[in-house]
Amino acid sequence: MAEKLKLEVVTPKGAIVSKEVDIVTAPGYGGEFGILANHAPFLSTIKIGVLTYKTGSQEETLMVSGGFCEVSNNKLTFLVESAERGTDIDVARAMRAKERAEKRLAEAQAQKENFDRTRAEAAMQRALSRLKVAERHKPS
Amino acid sequence: MPSLKDVKTKIGGVKKTAQITKAMNMVAAAKLRGAQQKMEDFRSYAEKFNAAMGNLSSAMDSGAFPLMEKREVKNVEILVVTSDRGLCGSFNANILKMTEKLMASLEAQGKKVSLVCVGKKSANYFRKTGKVRQRHVDLMGTFQMFNARAIAQDIAGNFLSGGSDEVRIVYGKFKSVAVQRPAEQMFLPIQPNVVEAAEATSSSAGSYIYEPSTEEIMEVLLPLYMNVMVYHAMLEVSASEHAARMTAMDNATSACKDIIHSLTLIYNKARQAGITAELMDIVGGAEALK
Repeated sequence: MAEKLKLEVVTPKGAIVSKEVDIVTAPGYGGEFGILANHAPFLSTIKIGVLTYKTGSQEETLMVSGGFCEVSNNKLTFLVESAERGTDIDVARAMRAKERAEKRLAEAQAQKENFDRTRAEAAMQRALSRLKVAERHKPS
Repeated sequence: MPSLKDVKTKIGGVKKTAQITKAMNMVAAAKLRGAQQKMEDFRSYAEKFNAAMGNLSSAMDSGAFPLMEKREVKNVEILVVTSDRGLCGSFNANILKMTEKLMASLEAQGKKVSLVCVGKKSANYFRKTGKVRQRHVDLMGTFQMFNARAIAQDIAGNFLSGGSDEVRIVYGKFKSVAVQRPAEQMFLPIQPNVVEAAEATSSSAGSYIYEPSTEEIMEVLLPLYMNVMVYHAMLEVSASEHAARMTAMDNATSACKDIIHSLTLIYNKARQAGITAELMDIVGGAEALK
């Protein structure tokens, strides 16, 4: 029996996940990274994206927005601004958000406005991650 | 002696007032539960955040970040957090009084003070002083993390551009349902020792691997830390506001009951006096007919 990792996902609205898991994959600063049990102490910032964790053969996904994570003593803590499960995601709304962000991006590109562009990009990222999480949730 | 009818109307009026204060008490109680829950939910986040900040700050030199930079203090900004609505006893008044005191002592030292007001009560109170730089009103009812972020960003912007050399927060601290106290806290520059105090409790962790570098993580964390501080103050104020209103309305309801009681006594006395006078009339009339 492999050792387990205690995963906690905490947002300002309280803890979303608190359970023992085998492996966690998260969108880090330098790209996706995986964490297994007995990982060295580690601290990284988190980008908007999809967080996946697995217990046995059961896999679950969460949409997370920016924050950071800390690993120490087989405890993995994610401090993020928001986290959503696939079941909580409104696909239609995310789709609309995506279209809106696409339009904004195009506009920003045309006007070369940097501020609007970063905002639109963040919105786009959020919408895409939401859709991805919702998509993965569907088959089960 | 007030007439019977006057007293009766008065009693009716006071009864209506009691009804309203009673209802407000119950509403405040319900809202307090929500606000307390929100605070409770946020606590774990804040605790973990402080622990992580502590771990980080021990690993680096604080002078490197503009948000932690100590300058000669000439301009002080005070972030005053009050509620939007009144009728909650002396809660807002206490915060405002504390702010005034702080302002007076800072000004006595020859520093310039500017204010950022959150909540209608502080915004209106300080409007005439002309020192209000920014006001955020009508959000204490339903605020979210992003409201706090907007406020924090605005303050950080002013601090970084040299508009203020020091920022303090004055808000109402929620001690218990019965006790709320105004509190003052240093906000900017962010002090490493505040963070280190938290670190002492969680120093078990060894050396971390940081990704990206500690400096870059700090760049992300410091603004986040400000959000956390502002959000925390707002949560405390909203819980305190409802708790204070609950107590105030409870007092008002019992005061109403006392008034009703004494008015009823007056009413009964007046009624009896009326009856006695009438009887005297009848007896006097009968006597005269003999």
